[in-house]
Amino acid sequence: MSFEYPEDLRYLDTHEYVRLEGEIATIGITAFAVDQLGDIVFLELPEVGDAVNKGDTFGSVESVKAVEDLNSPVTGTVIERNDGMVESPELVGEDPYGEGWLLKVRVNDPDEINDAMTASEYSSQVEG
Amino acid sequence: MANQVDTNLLRTPLYPLIQDLKARFTSFGGWDMPVQFSGITTEHMAVRNAAGIFDISHMGKFILQGKNLVEELQKLVPSDLQRLQLGQAQYTVLLNQQAGIIDDIIFYYQGETETGEQRGLVIVNAATTDKDKAWFLEHLDTSNLNFQDISREKVLIAIQGPEALNYLQPFVAEELASIKAFGHLETTILAQPAFIARTGYTGEDGFEVMVDAECGIQLWQKLVDAGVTPCGLGARDTLRLEAAMALYGQDIDDTTTPLEAGLGWLVHLDSKGDFIGKSLLEQQKALGLSRRLVGLQMSGRNIARHGYPILSEGKVVGEVSSGTLSPTLGYPVALGYVPANLANIGQELAVEIRGKSYPAVVVKRPFYRSPSRLGKG
Repeated sequence: MSFEYPEDLRYLDTHEYVRLEGEIATIGITAFAVDQLGDIVFLELPEVGDAVNKGDTFGSVESVKAVEDLNSPVTGTVIERNDGMVESPELVGEDPYGEGWLLKVRVNDPDEINDAMTASEYSSQVEG
Repeated sequence: MANQVDTNLLRTPLYPLIQDLKARFTSFGGWDMPVQFSGITTEHMAVRNAAGIFDISHMGKFILQGKNLVEELQKLVPSDLQRLQLGQAQYTVLLNQQAGIIDDIIFYYQGETETGEQRGLVIVNAATTDKDKAWFLEHLDTSNLNFQDISREKVLIAIQGPEALNYLQPFVAEELASIKAFGHLETTILAQPAFIARTGYTGEDGFEVMVDAECGIQLWQKLVDAGVTPCGLGARDTLRLEAAMALYGQDIDDTTTPLEAGLGWLVHLDSKGDFIGKSLLEQQKALGLSRRLVGLQMSGRNIARHGYPILSEGKVVGEVSSGTLSPTLGYPVALGYVPANLANIGQELAVEIRGKSYPAVVVKRPFYRSPSRLGKG
């Protein structure tokens, strides 16, 4: 099975992605994660104004069969969350890198995302 | 999210067909089994609204035959098997001395041979097949009866849902509608010997069919070609949980008694002689239960899952044994054990999910009752 992993994103081995534009990071989960989870039924996300820390859990994604932690690739403050996905989490998989994003975070240190994997590193890890 | 291949896992004869259908596999009870095909929710709703097909060949299958088979088996279960007529079956449990459940099983009574020997088929869980076999061989008088383990020889297919009968009927000479709920018969399918029972684990009307491997492969293919939805263990779990059917190893195990698990309807203390675990069940009846399995409905969409703590007034009082988001009902449901004084319908409790407490209320089981379902099972 092969999925799309956009080149402009960075990836965690726990299947979150981050897109950095200026000091705003958009965080979501990858197409691979969506496929592994199956039917996504519930999302737990922080509130606007909450702090997130790189490497820490900021929420969870639940499918019919399992629950997985969501881990933050960056440190900063939540400035927006995708309430459309919270209400209809099954839609995350339809466009995970676009409409299906989860959080926007104002980051403290833009260089932090360099610790995350590139698209080719991530895809060779998950696709083998 | 690991993708490791465990080469020690067993595979059923249907494995290549299921692989062709692009199923995702998981290890279950020592077997490499499909967890989902088109998606758990899609498969679940196919069984509720039309028909789904499950490979359950991994389950244990024992054939028993002997002059006093029923009398012998009576000593191992709390249910009165003497009441069974040819073509009837009993869902029951094997008990240890503490009345803990060794396994939940179905005994299909197949009547007497010309020489007066009683015949029966026992279906058990996959992971407990060896344990059950050892228990039977230890406690049954095998000098007088024949015990045959056919677990690996036969294919077992479940066809479940309101349309199951219509899909299966073309392959069977007998009128399937004449089989009562929990009834069964021996017949032929595709000119091969077949055992058909009107039983299942989904809360729907449906059939379980046992045939030789080659016949099973053909039947699976024909039913899938006819439009029956292939279903995996994921949908099997959400379906059985909506129907509040116990899963061995989660909702019931060696430490839970049938009375605690809400399986009192299969305990026939009055009409039975002695059996293993009887004195403890009598004691529980006399003194009352300290805990009970209850059905929980969650408010909100947070899912209570196996092992999560159940709270009452902020204190941990029990544990969730199974939980899921009910695809049919649209809200999360769970089973779990709580003290008997907190087990009444309407009792307000809470479940701790990732450090936070979420409201739950004790509700009647099953969570969902299908209009297509026949009788009580």
